[in-house]
Amino acid sequence: MNIKSVSICLISVICVLSAFAQSDVPAPAPAQSQSIYLTHATIHTGDGKVLHDATIGFDKGKIIFLAESPSFKTDETMGKVIDCTGKQIYPGIIAPYTKAGIDEIEAVRATNDYSETGSYNPDVRAIVAYNTDSRVTPTLRSNGILFAQTVPLGGVLSGTSALVQLDAWNWEDALVKEDGIWLNWPSMVSGGGWWGNPRPFQENKNYSKQADAIREYFREAKSYAEEASHTKTNLRFEAMKPLFNQTATLYIAAGGAKEMQHAIAFAEELGLRIVLAGAHDSYQIAEELARKKIPVILDNPHSLPTFPEEDVNQPYKTPGELQKAGVLFCLSIPGRFWEERNLMFEAGTAVAWGLSKEEALATITSNAAKILGVDDKIGTLEKGKSASLIISSGDVLDMKSSVIEHAFIDGREINLDNKQKELDRKFEKKYGLN
Amino acid sequence: MRSLVFTSYFLFLTSCFLLSTSRIYSQETTFKTNGPDDYREGIHAFVNATIWKNYNTRLDSATLLIREGKVTAIGQSIALPKGAIVHDMSGRFIYPSFIDIFSDYGMPEVQKPKYSDAPQMESNLKGAYGWNQAIHTDFHADENFVANSTAADELRKIGFGAVLTNKKDGIARGTGTVVTLANGRENDAIIKGVASANYSFSKGSSTQDYPSSLMGSIALLRQTYYDAQWYAGEKEKKEYNIHLEEWNREQSLPQIFDASGDWQQILRADKVGDELGVQYIIKASGHAYQRIEEVKNTQAKIITSLNFPKAYNVEDPFKLQWISLEEMKNWELAPTNCAALAKAGIDFAITSADLDKKEDFLNDLRKAIKFGLDSMTALKALTYNPASFLKVYDQVGSLEPGKLANFFITSQPLFNDKCEINENWVQGKRYEIKPFAEKDIRGKYTLTWCPVGTKCKALPFQMKISGDEAAPKTVLLISDSVKPEVKITYKDKDISFSFAIDKKPSSGKYLFSGTIDYSKNFWNGKGQNPEGDWLRWEATRTEGPEPDTAKAKVDSTDYTQNLGKVIYPFTAYGNEEIPKQENYLIKNGTVWTNEAEGNLANADVLIRNGKIAQVGKQLSCADCKTIDATGKFVTSGIVDEHSHIAISQGVNEGAKASSAEVRIGDVINSEDINIYRQLSGGVVASQLLHGSANPIGGQSGIVKLRWGYAPEKMKIEGADPFIKFALGENVKQSNWGDQATVRYPQTRMGVEQTYWNYFTKAKEYEKQWKEYDASVSKSAKKNTSTFEKPRRDLDLDALVEVLNSQRFITCHSYVQSEITMLMHVADTFGFKVNTFTHILEGYKVADKLKAHGANAATFADWWDYKYEVIDAIPYNAAILTKMGINTAINSDDAEMGRRLNQEAAKTIKYGGLSEEQAWKLCTLNPAKMLHLDSHMGSLKAGKDADVAVWSDNPLSVYARCEKTFVDGILFYDVERDAHMRDWIRGERARLIQKMLNDKKAGAPTQEPQPKSQHNYTCDDMGEL
Repeated sequence: MNIKSVSICLISVICVLSAFAQSDVPAPAPAQSQSIYLTHATIHTGDGKVLHDATIGFDKGKIIFLAESPSFKTDETMGKVIDCTGKQIYPGIIAPYTKAGIDEIEAVRATNDYSETGSYNPDVRAIVAYNTDSRVTPTLRSNGILFAQTVPLGGVLSGTSALVQLDAWNWEDALVKEDGIWLNWPSMVSGGGWWGNPRPFQENKNYSKQADAIREYFREAKSYAEEASHTKTNLRFEAMKPLFNQTATLYIAAGGAKEMQHAIAFAEELGLRIVLAGAHDSYQIAEELARKKIPVILDNPHSLPTFPEEDVNQPYKTPGELQKAGVLFCLSIPGRFWEERNLMFEAGTAVAWGLSKEEALATITSNAAKILGVDDKIGTLEKGKSASLIISSGDVLDMKSSVIEHAFIDGREINLDNKQKELDRKFEKKYGLN
Repeated sequence: MRSLVFTSYFLFLTSCFLLSTSRIYSQETTFKTNGPDDYREGIHAFVNATIWKNYNTRLDSATLLIREGKVTAIGQSIALPKGAIVHDMSGRFIYPSFIDIFSDYGMPEVQKPKYSDAPQMESNLKGAYGWNQAIHTDFHADENFVANSTAADELRKIGFGAVLTNKKDGIARGTGTVVTLANGRENDAIIKGVASANYSFSKGSSTQDYPSSLMGSIALLRQTYYDAQWYAGEKEKKEYNIHLEEWNREQSLPQIFDASGDWQQILRADKVGDELGVQYIIKASGHAYQRIEEVKNTQAKIITSLNFPKAYNVEDPFKLQWISLEEMKNWELAPTNCAALAKAGIDFAITSADLDKKEDFLNDLRKAIKFGLDSMTALKALTYNPASFLKVYDQVGSLEPGKLANFFITSQPLFNDKCEINENWVQGKRYEIKPFAEKDIRGKYTLTWCPVGTKCKALPFQMKISGDEAAPKTVLLISDSVKPEVKITYKDKDISFSFAIDKKPSSGKYLFSGTIDYSKNFWNGKGQNPEGDWLRWEATRTEGPEPDTAKAKVDSTDYTQNLGKVIYPFTAYGNEEIPKQENYLIKNGTVWTNEAEGNLANADVLIRNGKIAQVGKQLSCADCKTIDATGKFVTSGIVDEHSHIAISQGVNEGAKASSAEVRIGDVINSEDINIYRQLSGGVVASQLLHGSANPIGGQSGIVKLRWGYAPEKMKIEGADPFIKFALGENVKQSNWGDQATVRYPQTRMGVEQTYWNYFTKAKEYEKQWKEYDASVSKSAKKNTSTFEKPRRDLDLDALVEVLNSQRFITCHSYVQSEITMLMHVADTFGFKVNTFTHILEGYKVADKLKAHGANAATFADWWDYKYEVIDAIPYNAAILTKMGINTAINSDDAEMGRRLNQEAAKTIKYGGLSEEQAWKLCTLNPAKMLHLDSHMGSLKAGKDADVAVWSDNPLSVYARCEKTFVDGILFYDVERDAHMRDWIRGERARLIQKMLNDKKAGAPTQEPQPKSQHNYTCDDMGEL
């Protein structure tokens, strides 16, 4: 029996013990009550550094100690000490672009809370629909995702996203930050239909009109924002006010190179702080993105090239190409929120095709924190920052070794159990396999 | 009525010549005239002509004699009968008119179906017709033909004199009729009333749901053949069925199949024909050159169109990406299509169908000639071939006594650039297209005039006529400073002209009119001066025209040079040469055998003649290419149990609860880029599955990913046949919208009864056949048969095979209740469910699966996309494996399919499988469940050399596939891939520059359009 299976058994035992008193979704952990030291670990700080045989200590939710310290001495004032020999420690992973918590089962309409009717809904807020008792979030946590930006989709201006931590009693507990408004930039290609009625693609003849309409809407919103007072309140324009003094970020979802260029020009004209999301063809304009310092939330490296002529491995190579060009970017799995738990493996694939391992880690931790404007708190392991971290028995980016044994959010050790593990235990027991 | 009509058709068929000569062209007519008869004999003699008597006989200085709409004589020493109207054809050319074998001239318009969300299960055609609305065997072009002078004129302008016309609507399109393009009475224009039976893959205006896919269209066609055979053979009719009555009558006609689309459609049509003993004449779209050998091997006569794509407007480098390499190359090579057909020795006819503008036809034809088609073959393809395909060469297609006087006249050889047709004669009647050019009057003249009635000594003036022959300019030289322009109009011998000597606008004009004596180059006549006095005038030519300098410019470009090559497949990453089998020695790698030997360090794999010859250490091979695999991993290739790549036009035939009759094997698309993409992920074979829209889906195509091979050659020889079944929300149509509440079943209860119903029917059907077969073998002795031959039902045939364990089920499944249900059904009917695919709740019934003996293929970690997958767990595959069930990880998705190694690796994380166990989930185990493990799935001497080489442990996220062999053929190689990318870039750049040059030279262009690159999953519906 190798070390991996020992640790798996160990987890199973822990889980079995903790499983007795729980529902589908484990209870959130209480606030950190004593200091905790994780010793003799390999610590990946998220910003490129790797500390060997290192110790990380945290108290009251904040990191208080971090150093390579082969001969670290523990004493009873240190609270809890966990020997992490052979383990890897990483910052908690951030999913920057997901429906998690506002969609529960894709095909069940009653559980879909991510797309409001109408075209311009900057005022609708994801956070008020965020379901802390989703059965999906525990499956993300158990793979090391501790933060998620949950994003309304649909229409032109979809609404206001919310960055949440994934171990909370209610959405007020969960909220970390709420300052992103999401715009769907029109596509130059229309059609495709849906799976029940596929339609051929064609050039979107209304593209220019649609883009102009957005520009017009933003000009009016800006005019509203600049006016000192209003006789009648426009809730949508009220919600957009922070965009024009750059206290909020406009996330623009666009995939094609030309569309992204148009979106950038639009943002420059209106003086907006933007992040490009999706950005499938960003590799084609990487130099421009770097020069203009436009951050990118890149969608699935695990996707197919758009055109048959493209490099068959282009989506795998795009992260490496953005890195080389100096673009600030992070990775995402938009849409299929339940697949979000594979985010770290998409980063892993990018390592096979151009990124270094620590660069890949940054695309799901520190880069995401920078882009979301929370790098003062999370995304890297540094003294003074939030003790939000994960302990893995192996390389977290590689599915054959990525097993999360412990996770902490603000120093709270969270329960990594989930309904799927419970079903596994239930049936392994039935068949006498465990 | 209908059968009466047919009696006359049959008479037609048997005594076609007699009928056509005696009925249509005799002066006898059943029609009454209003007033005195106006019968005309129409005797015309065309003398001194260059005549193409037929496609390969040219007569110089010859005479063509016609009478009563027919040719009476042709040759070089023909005596002209008295009273013949003589046409001097000096310098002119006469060709037999063209025949378009694929026209819808004079046909009623096809109604576009209205799109509706509401299902339509049955035909909405009222009457004693067949069950499917896409069958139109009751349509007869002769009954529907209405001559249309505007449409006829369009065709006459480009040289056609007769067409086969049929309404292009539906899968069986009834009969076509041969008509001339004469204006007037339809009775005279129709020269063969029932000339062809026409078919296609497209359901056209039918609003009925079935068929909703290409494979459904093919299945419907196939089933209709069997239904018709049964109908014909029945002693006592159980039903009267107009469609089948007509179908049977139409079988002896030339069978024309519209296989428009890519070249694979030609092969598909031919394959249906081969199965049913029919050789179709196949209409193609002009892509045959992309796979000419396969097209030749069909032995079909081909009808091809000349719709050469326009160059793309390529000014925007981003939009440029929308133009595929395939489109660019097709733009360059499409004009070579006819030449390729000719070179391959394929008999073909050319149609004007598919052209955006009919007027482009002659230019396109000349383009085909510039690109290598010889002009004689071009003429043959427009005259002899269509006529003989339709068995009307006794009437049209050449100019011989007794044949129709269908010919056209030109002033220069037809294939010269800018040659236009002047006249097109149809059935002896002249249709002027463009008047013959008047004689050349250019040169220098002396012009004099005098007042009438006076004897004046006129001053001669010089007049010069020069410039373009068709629109010359004339100047009168009065003095060095006075050179008025003269406006001349003339027609034949009649001429008039005018000029003003004084430049002032108020000054008057001289107006002259007279006649030309061409033999003396002398003009004379009367005129008036500005004062109104009558003048007489004359002009004598003193010098002929100056030689034409502009005309000397001849297009001497050899268009057949500097063309790109055909690649296989005809898309990005295709090869100019299909990769060949070679012997390889892969040395010093970490070899994962999937056999008892386990994983071997520093080991070698020897590939010889497409098989694994040896696995071991320190092997040597003199005639092998050696591959150094130091630091690399060598494994057997990945097998995907559940894929929907490489399928044309629809993965679901979801209009019925059972579509067991449809075959993915009919619609394999060898040109799908996803084949190459899968190879780049180490995949060597895939089961191409029907979708999951109905409880009983269609038959699988099991292929190796032989990139560049034609569809039939991708199929794994001797593979056991499989069929897709499906359970749950998809077959209940739970997520198809509010209108999808009609088709049975709508519940899991109904799903069970669907199976009971079909398998019960299949049992009864099998019994019927057994009884019949037994009675036949008995009756051989006693010469009696007590049982009527059952109707062959392809749907039930497939299910009988399932009952007899000759066909195996792969069943899309999620929740435990339905899985258990299907096993009960199978147990009751005495067969096994071979594979449950997806089977996300398999872990809940692992013990039952084991007892039943089923295989399980599942996703590694998919869940939550619909209600029935909320209990899916990523530990599923591990539990099933630990329970001893043969388990695989499947893709269902072109993206996931190319990294199944990663998906298999997840079972190490979730469930703690060993690396060997995990690796088998995507190699040996799926091979086992597809019954292919005797020659695939592991590295063992004697097995197929389906091998992948990896940069790292293939279960690691960091591994890249570097080489993929199928049958010892290296189909993917990471280094070659890089070269190919360079090649694609270069080839595109070359073609882009060529298009830009074309645009600069004034060629019309088209805007790039984004394409549908549709990647199917189970849920996807058809595309037709």
